[in-house]
Amino acid sequence: MTAAPDLRARPAGAASAAFSPPGVLFAVLGLASLALPFVTLRANRIVLGEGLAPWAAAPGAFVAFTLAAVVLGLGLGVQRGRPWLRFGGSLLGLAGIVTLLALALPYLLEEAGDLARVSPAAGFWCLALVLMLLMADALSALRPGPWLRLGLLVAVLGALGLVLASGALDRLSIMLEYRGRADAFAQAAWRHVALSIGSLAAAAAIAFPLGIACHRSGRLRRAMVPLLSFVQTIPSLAMFGIMIPLLAWVAATVPGAREVGIAGIGFAPAFLALLLYSLLPVVANTLAGLDAVPPAAREAATGMGMTALQRLRSVELPLALPVMLAGLRIVLVQNIGLAVIAGLIGGGGFGTFVFQGLNQTATDLILLGALPTVVMALSAAIVMDVAVELTAPGGTR
Amino acid sequence: MIEIDEITKIYQGQRAVDAVSTTIETGTIACIVGTSGSGKTTLLRMINRLVEPTSGEVRLNGEATSAMPPHLLRRRIGYAIQGHGLFPHHTVARNIGAVPRLLGWPKAKIAERVDELLDLFGMEPSQFRARYPAALSGGQQQRVGVARALASRPDLLLMDEPFGALDPIIRARAQEDLRRIQRQLGSTILLVTHDMEEAIRLGDKVCVMDGGKLVQDAAPTRIVADPASRFVAEMVGDAERPLRLLSLIPLSDLLEPGEAPGDPLDEGANLRDALSACLWTGREAVPVSRDGAPVGRVTLEAIRAAALRHGATDDAPVPA
Ligand SMILES: Nc1ncnc2c1ncn2[C@@H]1O[C@H](COP(=O)(O)OP(=O)(O)OP(=O)(O)O)[C@@H](O)[C@H]1O
Ligand SMILES: [Mg+2]
Repeated sequence: MTAAPDLRARPAGAASAAFSPPGVLFAVLGLASLALPFVTLRANRIVLGEGLAPWAAAPGAFVAFTLAAVVLGLGLGVQRGRPWLRFGGSLLGLAGIVTLLALALPYLLEEAGDLARVSPAAGFWCLALVLMLLMADALSALRPGPWLRLGLLVAVLGALGLVLASGALDRLSIMLEYRGRADAFAQAAWRHVALSIGSLAAAAAIAFPLGIACHRSGRLRRAMVPLLSFVQTIPSLAMFGIMIPLLAWVAATVPGAREVGIAGIGFAPAFLALLLYSLLPVVANTLAGLDAVPPAAREAATGMGMTALQRLRSVELPLALPVMLAGLRIVLVQNIGLAVIAGLIGGGGFGTFVFQGLNQTATDLILLGALPTVVMALSAAIVMDVAVELTAPGGTR
Repeated sequence: MIEIDEITKIYQGQRAVDAVSTTIETGTIACIVGTSGSGKTTLLRMINRLVEPTSGEVRLNGEATSAMPPHLLRRRIGYAIQGHGLFPHHTVARNIGAVPRLLGWPKAKIAERVDELLDLFGMEPSQFRARYPAALSGGQQQRVGVARALASRPDLLLMDEPFGALDPIIRARAQEDLRRIQRQLGSTILLVTHDMEEAIRLGDKVCVMDGGKLVQDAAPTRIVADPASRFVAEMVGDAERPLRLLSLIPLSDLLEPGEAPGDPLDEGANLRDALSACLWTGREAVPVSRDGAPVGRVTLEAIRAAALRHGATDDAPVPA
């Protein structure tokens, strides 16, 4: 009697065992994306262009070949188990769309004028997103160790660099924007790194000791945490705006301030704004990490005769370190994104291109600022995750 | 010698420990027993100044603890915290070697001491040395916690329910080990437990606490035979008191010449063992041996008389 429902339930169970539900979703979304325009062809840099479907983007044989790779890749992603095969599927699909894009360039630009521009359109971006989600899903099932993750990141960045260096995409609109600004781009990249990592380092130097002090003293904690939380709620545009008159005033009144580069606009106010935003996450995570140290371990350390400093160094900090580093991770990723706004107050960085592009309504210029920022933030997140994992003390992993 | 002098701790108007005074002789074990919340841990922690007394004084060999820097005082005193308190990010070896490292022992000497202690607690060094606490059973963690307290061979050991997580068999063995180590090294031990049986078995002296007050401190026989209050009597367990008492009297006290049937008991056993051997096998007497050679017997009759003798002193009503 009771066995009957079980028997009926089995085929459904078998089906869900053969297919990966997210894989099916990715395949459906990916196939649907093929119906969207794959590239946009425009007569010049700033006019609106026409979207072209994948099969209109390149000669038929090329399209068939590359789309077959995309469909096969999505198909490999559908099955369950064998996550390496799903991972391979996502790579195959990505290779397919990038190849199609590279093939589309000479084909479309041949007849169009000198000023014509080709850029990826919604279909390309959607497929890229779906395939990357598939990659992430496959990787989460693979559970790669920290070193393997770092290796994969290097491999992916290396592949991206190779594709760009090969020149196959050189006639892509965004690459044309880049070519005119190679020097400015390199400068912006360094400035972006200096802003986000520099403010992170300064935040760590201030917020770690501050967090430890707050942990020691309840009064300091009750005063600092609300204050820093308030700073965190200031909208970013307003924060960067406030810095201008503030630092202009400092530059004008404090002797020597102007000489060390402090001014109302430029690097200094941007750096300070990022620093202020960084304090709360680092202080809060330092507190959370120290709070999570088992009270019995703390008491045993004191009870055996460790001084407060010895206890901090050999018991509390090692146990709190992963959570403290998780705070740095939040801040680094947040700062890489926020540093874009520095472009608005002359602070440099990739934001410069974004705001120039907004002024000129040149989408490709905006992307020239936005895409590297995204790549940088993702890479930073992965590197910091690995660091957090590697610093987890033995026995607590 | 530890002198505890009118020591009091008040938390938010509550007297967690209330004017406790007692003296613990060098080289002896004192067991503090009491119900949960009676102030045992607080009393113990005031000795190594993890808790500062509200009033009163503790003296080690005549020297007031309040006069020493707390961290130096604590390095002289072994402390096994309630619930082990091992460092989760350190291996067993590093946990045990923590105090010797603080004291600056050379590495080789620490390693040797770690292995010695693991051996002592029946944990194969090669197997356990490199493990992390998370990979130990509760009982093993507790033994490592005790080993850590013993590592620097302190003269004074404070132990807060060190055997709470052990099963009865391992527990009895750990108690014997502790007794043996203590006799060998002549260390002074202050041990907190809520188990009267453990206190009676281990203690040269038993201190019974109730609601922050020390209600009786005396030798185990005294505590069992002559409880100072209804509370102490209850702690001992009214129904089991005769048996507890018998368990404190060695066979040698009632040894008489003669023979008896059945397996002999060693002279070191107690009257309770003899009684249960008689009842279990229906004998009127059990043979007693010393180092395997028969030396006489103990009769059921004599055991009964001994129980009566002690029971008689007990006829005086127990003070409420
Ligand atoms: N830091 C503290 N602040 C306030 N009250 C405390 C503090 N520590 C202990 N107490 C109180 O003091 C009393 C004695 O506590 P203590 O820890 O000494 O008991 P205990 O005899 O060791 O109990 P247990 O057998 O449960 O370990 C309890 O009522 C407890 O609530
Ligand atoms: Mg306690």
